[in-house]
Amino acid sequence: MSTALQVEALSKRYRIGAKERHDWTLRDFVVRVASSPFTYLQQTLRTPSEEETLWALRDVSFEVEEGQAVGLVGANGAGKSTLLKIISRITEPTEGRAVLHGRVASLLEIGTGFHPELTGRENIFLNGAILGMRKHEITRKFDEIVEFSGVGRFLDTPVKRYSSGMFVRLAFAVAAHLEPDILLIDEVLAVGDAEFRKKCLGKMSRVAKSGCTVLFVSHNMAAVQDLCATSLWIDHGKLQAIGPSEDVISSYLKSLDSYGGDAVYRSAAAADKAFQVREVNLVDPEGEASQAFRCDDEVRVELLCDVREPVPGLFGEFEIRRRDGSTVLVSDSFDTPPNALAGLTEGRCRLRITLPARSLAPGEYQVWLSFSRTVGVQGEVRVVDEPGAVAYFRLSDHTSHRGNRRAGFFSTMLRWEAEPVEKA
Amino acid sequence: MTKTATKDVLVIQPSRGWSQLELGELWRYREMLWYLTSREVKGRYRQMALGPLWIVLKPLLDMVVFSAVFGGLARLPSEGVPYPLFTFSAIIPWTYFFTAASNSSNSLVQRLTIISKVYFPRLVVPFSAAVAPLVDLAASFVILLGLIVFYGVALTPAILMLPFYALLAFLTAFAIGLWSATLAVRFRDVNYAVTYALRMGMYATPVAYSATLVPERWELLYKMNPMFWVVEGFRWALLGIGHGPEPLMLVPVAGVLVLLVSGAYVFRRLETNIVDLI
Repeated sequence: MSTALQVEALSKRYRIGAKERHDWTLRDFVVRVASSPFTYLQQTLRTPSEEETLWALRDVSFEVEEGQAVGLVGANGAGKSTLLKIISRITEPTEGRAVLHGRVASLLEIGTGFHPELTGRENIFLNGAILGMRKHEITRKFDEIVEFSGVGRFLDTPVKRYSSGMFVRLAFAVAAHLEPDILLIDEVLAVGDAEFRKKCLGKMSRVAKSGCTVLFVSHNMAAVQDLCATSLWIDHGKLQAIGPSEDVISSYLKSLDSYGGDAVYRSAAAADKAFQVREVNLVDPEGEASQAFRCDDEVRVELLCDVREPVPGLFGEFEIRRRDGSTVLVSDSFDTPPNALAGLTEGRCRLRITLPARSLAPGEYQVWLSFSRTVGVQGEVRVVDEPGAVAYFRLSDHTSHRGNRRAGFFSTMLRWEAEPVEKA
Repeated sequence: MTKTATKDVLVIQPSRGWSQLELGELWRYREMLWYLTSREVKGRYRQMALGPLWIVLKPLLDMVVFSAVFGGLARLPSEGVPYPLFTFSAIIPWTYFFTAASNSSNSLVQRLTIISKVYFPRLVVPFSAAVAPLVDLAASFVILLGLIVFYGVALTPAILMLPFYALLAFLTAFAIGLWSATLAVRFRDVNYAVTYALRMGMYATPVAYSATLVPERWELLYKMNPMFWVVEGFRWALLGIGHGPEPLMLVPVAGVLVLLVSGAYVFRRLETNIVDLI
């Protein structure tokens, strides 16, 4: 076995904006506007100082053997995508180097380079070309691609009329038939239905077995574990661990459990709001702040709110959404009658919304909040404070037999009963 | 698929200094260049009710307006050729140049999504944006030929020089596009400036009026505009008026080439980090 990918002390520095100054007198404003072209030039052209920089990757080194499938895990913003972007040549490293043996194909987002006005057939060729395929290769693979995608009947329909499922299937089909030596995949299976996802994973593992090296980023630990024997864990731009997927993933998940401390959401006081959410915390049954919960635990969303004046008719809306933005659950303060918010008096108050144990399936979720009031006899609704998406949390299932592989929307355990029946 | 024993080895590392142009790589991506260009053309006209008619409608309307205002109202001279023919023969190359240069300038910012997801030589983007409007040029040219027949103007072998003038228009547009696309990545307002300058450029080029109106002391400066030679070249090749090739035109042509090569280098220098800047 020879090396397919060699990464040596790879680092990537990003410039982040300097802290905004708040000198909003008219004079300052005029001065800033007048001098802005120059400050702008000065700011963009000089080398950034230490506090303005962010090392998205720092000193990462590893090697991947030919034909190996390697999972890449880590929290959002840990540097996984940056690493893939460097390896797929979308951006350049600041330091270090990567040596690649063979043709690289990357699938960083499905459907990139699809043109909505063009037909499925035209898009297969266009997308293939963008991904680095030659025309004769695409022609040779054409039928296979169409067959895999299952959109045969709609080949001559513009892809803008495709359902999102068809779109994803076609896009994945093109990329999966590239036959690259190194395939980079970033979280593309977040979309699409379960059946197709399975088909994709199957195709990817066949691709890997045929000698192609796969680097796979996903938040779906079950998928990583299924597909990849080895995994890399990146945290805050640094390589935390590399080794057998099972070990790496379990230590990664363990690190998530110890997250916590600060509130997940904080807002600055806005005097014009009669009612305002100032702080949001996610808390486990022991009262510890966390963002990673077990399906067996209640998830408590605790809000600290300022009531500057009583708001008659105030009510709250609470939603839990999936990563793709689809709403999983909606609740409002009328769910626990009488609506506790309608009679709040001035001062600070704590609100607690509890998601019962064993309700949602393992996965990542977003908490969305909004507070409104009804006015007049018609019951017109006016927004009072809308913090929107305030928190993210992850649910994982370590206790049930099916565990994190439980698909669907719920983790509710159903009762199964069997009893012998005497033949009549 | 049999994998070749010797695989390409690619080393990714920070580029230092002025990188090579690597035109070979551009050649390897020629199919993508073709698809990107055809996608631009097809995508643009697919959903329009009048379809490709739009391509020729705009220059035709320009022709009507210019003929009415400059020929009809202002009674400007048109060197003995009917005013519509006189102005249309210049509107066509000018419209191409304007579209190509401004599309090319905008191309990088516009194609951000694809640039941030897939690798390919970024030079493909402004290039295809400058090539695609050539289709419009060809379509309008058919109309122009019809006008020429309608007005009974005899064509001469000079028409064979037309591809050369089209090439000069393309190179000029591409050179401008390269520079401004590169700059626009950092400074978004560059595109406003470029679009405005291009629009003003039409008045510095004999599109709507005849070059004979330009005072003699300004003539030398006036002729430093490469588009002067393109527009006049079209008139010369088709109608037998205007300015044909002259030694003086080598100066702006050389200027365009310098702009083009330097633009390509600057572009290459920046392309590896375009994603981080946008």
